[in-house]
Amino acid sequence: MVLDLNVSIREKDSVPIIDLEGEIDVYTYPKLSDALKLVFEQYPVTKNIIINLSQVRYIDSTGLGVIANGANQISRLSEGNINIINATPQIRKIFDVSGLISANFNLFDNEEIALSNLNNNNS
Amino acid sequence: MTEPIKVELTVPSISDYVGVARLTASGVANRMKFTHEDIEDIKIAVSEACTNAVQYAYGDNIGKVNLTFSIYDTYLEIQVRDQGLGFNIETKKDPNAASDPEKIGLGLGIVFMKSLMDTVDYQSSEGNGTVVTMTKKVPVARASL
Repeated sequence: MVLDLNVSIREKDSVPIIDLEGEIDVYTYPKLSDALKLVFEQYPVTKNIIINLSQVRYIDSTGLGVIANGANQISRLSEGNINIINATPQIRKIFDVSGLISANFNLFDNEEIALSNLNNNNS
Repeated sequence: MTEPIKVELTVPSISDYVGVARLTASGVANRMKFTHEDIEDIKIAVSEACTNAVQYAYGDNIGKVNLTFSIYDTYLEIQVRDQGLGFNIETKKDPNAASDPEKIGLGLGIVFMKSLMDTVDYQSSEGNGTVVTMTKKVPVARASL
């Protein structure tokens, strides 16, 4: 088991997607933070960012803090949203306990559903 | 009450080793036949307590974070201790937390610990470190054996 976080960024349907693999905690969160910073630089007017948690085994309040900061930032920049996809039931529970689900923060079951919803909202 | 089996770990107060504490918690909980969900809850609670120590206990210095896992027949007790700056428990305010914008985590650590563990006790005073003591009962099936 690797106590680390791997990050990659791609784009689909003009939406930047951050794919994460590993664990998000006080040690690894800077990688997610840097990825969000890069996405904001490369997509300054995007109204949506997708964060894919399908390969994330662990997240705690540190990781949620980075995601919440990202949600605040995209809201300020473009009235946009952070969209989480593929969260395991345990990770969904953590989001629920944190009370972080808000107007700028969506949870979708998978990428297809997320992109479909985002495209419908934009049309 | 019989004496518990104890597993003890000391890690430096740097972020690199919070994951090590989590792995130990996972291993101990696994031996106690906790469910997968319980183990994940325990990992988060331990990680939150250690993260608080890493971020707030020693300022810019590196100190020790001591963990004790006490294995009882019907529950697990986890204690996370530091000998750092502490905070005024009466006002429930960490003297370091509000002043450093680099600290991350939304202050949700205690919320998670209280939501995911059965009991959480926080002892701290300024200049005298902090002790967090948490417990979680083993699954009923095991307790009834």
